[in-house]
Amino acid sequence: MWAFILRRVLLMAPTLLVVSVISFVIIEAPPGDFMDSYVNALLQEQEAVDPAEIESLRKRYGLDSPTYVRYFRWLGNIMQGNLGRSLEWNQPVSKLIADRLPWSLAISVASFFLAYAIAIPIGLYSATRQYSIGDYFFTLIGFIGLATPNFLLALLILWYYFVATGNVAVGLFSDEYLIAPWSFAKFIDLLKHLWLPALVVGTAGTAGLIRVMRANLLDELERPYVMVARSKGLSEGKLLVKYPFRIAMNPVASTIGWTLPTLVNGELLASLVLGLPTIAPLFVGALLSQDMFLAGSVVMILSTLTLVGTLLSDIVLAWLDPRIRGAI
Amino acid sequence: MTQAPLLLSVDNLATHFFSQEGILEAVDGVSFDIHAGEALGIAGESGCGKSVTAQSILRIVPGNGKIVMGEISLFKNGESVDLVQLDDRGQEIRQIRGGEIAMVFQEPMAAFSMVYTIGNQITEVIRLHQDCSQSEARERAIEMLGRVGMPKPEQTIDAYPFALSGGMRQRAMIAMALSCHPALLIADEPTTAVDVTIQAQVLELMKDLQRDMGMALIVITHDLAVISELCNRVMIMYLGKDVESAPADVIFREPKHPYTVGLLRSVPELGEGHSQELDPITGSVPSPYRRPAGCPFHPRCPEFIPDVCDVHLPPQVELAGGHRVRCHLYVQD
Repeated sequence: MWAFILRRVLLMAPTLLVVSVISFVIIEAPPGDFMDSYVNALLQEQEAVDPAEIESLRKRYGLDSPTYVRYFRWLGNIMQGNLGRSLEWNQPVSKLIADRLPWSLAISVASFFLAYAIAIPIGLYSATRQYSIGDYFFTLIGFIGLATPNFLLALLILWYYFVATGNVAVGLFSDEYLIAPWSFAKFIDLLKHLWLPALVVGTAGTAGLIRVMRANLLDELERPYVMVARSKGLSEGKLLVKYPFRIAMNPVASTIGWTLPTLVNGELLASLVLGLPTIAPLFVGALLSQDMFLAGSVVMILSTLTLVGTLLSDIVLAWLDPRIRGAI
Repeated sequence: MTQAPLLLSVDNLATHFFSQEGILEAVDGVSFDIHAGEALGIAGESGCGKSVTAQSILRIVPGNGKIVMGEISLFKNGESVDLVQLDDRGQEIRQIRGGEIAMVFQEPMAAFSMVYTIGNQITEVIRLHQDCSQSEARERAIEMLGRVGMPKPEQTIDAYPFALSGGMRQRAMIAMALSCHPALLIADEPTTAVDVTIQAQVLELMKDLQRDMGMALIVITHDLAVISELCNRVMIMYLGKDVESAPADVIFREPKHPYTVGLLRSVPELGEGHSQELDPITGSVPSPYRRPAGCPFHPRCPEFIPDVCDVHLPPQVELAGGHRVRCHLYVQD
């Protein structure tokens, strides 16, 4: 098992390298660079543009060197933990990201657990009582959840919350805790605000997970080993959890890998609507203004998260199914 | 044999499956008795209801199947329980499953869960029915594995089922079924999914264990050779009906029902070569959804009596020597 995990971790290094090349190429793909969009912005505000100054800025940031030179310079800096400076914000990228990443992660993790906590019991229920009224009810709710756009849900909940309580559920903290140092009360306050984005971001995933869980479990319940377990005298509940449920969790566990980055994507619209200081709006801004160091770093971090998620799901899979431990 | 006490009595059992295509009468009026230590073979083509009969006894009929009629009486210490009346999820039937009546399934590959070691799955049933600690249960599981001829049981107990060969898996399956010393073992096609060379070993093993442990045995098979090897009584099923039942030596010597006669004729004998004329039963088993009226075998029967066989269901006729047959040929008016 430990050998399996170690091998998996070592395999991540070359993958990350490839990811870095692809990220860089994607960021470089649009024509022009940050200076072009900077000049455009200045022109739009009818300010004077000094071509000599722009050229010197371009030299200073190394934007005039060939692409591969810039790639290796960028990669070298990242290796040393230096993510570069955001041209747009005129701040270190690491600071910008460090300010926002925890909130993105908090929302992701919260919606992840929310999705699994809702989906697994419902999937279990639906599969063991197939075609019951409850099953149809959850199926209907599930399809509505799948079909509802996140931002619409966010707006609806905001409105209902406002009508019901008179408060606006925007941001991650109440005003009095916004700049307060960390305390237990502040943490509780965070939880009070976190459920809404978690719910909004997690809904679509939850609905999908319910369907996957239900379908898998229905397949497994037909298997001979379930009848064998029953013939041994096990009670239905114990049997269900020990045998078919564990196997049915396999495909669900393998989705952990792409759940993490999808949640960051899914978080964008919700963050815009709910006014949350997360990564997604920052990333969109960086792409629009061709702020390459910032955009590149965000892509790298999201890719790393994907890899970590995949690693996690591989570990969970290997734990669930001994046949996987030997493979790969 | 007749002195041995009655262990299980199945009386007029009917198990039907209810689906959108209609009602499938998988088992439709089957009766038989098993005495302690006796070995009964249930034979018939696939789909004749032999597996469903076994599942009905343990009350593990899957999905939309239901016992609609009949009694299954299990006798223990002079008392009898009607298994049909028990709640199929209740405590009482769960103590009987695996404890009093155990079952060996057809496909050892699919019958074990691949995510737990065989030791885990065997000790589970021991701890369920016997009051013992985890380490005692493990001891007993190792002992049982040794008894079914598993090489190096101390190590094999920690093997996952996918790491074992088909024959070894079937041995582990038998060890699991026998680990609580059941009074009755039901073996559903125990040798169908294993190699021919292993089949003989498994049969030999089951014969020995049955004799040593003094348990009763129901062997479900389509292979009459398995029955002649193991059983002292045979029941032949066709489309959910028990068409004939008799002591094994009698049925092989003088089969009465035309279906049994055909079944025995269609078995090739080894060494006869090309000169041997196989005599298969004409036609094929009708769809169980469209069961023929009267005797279910009449469309394929060489002895078909018009206006009798296709109209009236033959009653069970009791012949000499515990020989019972459902056929109009033997009805005395």
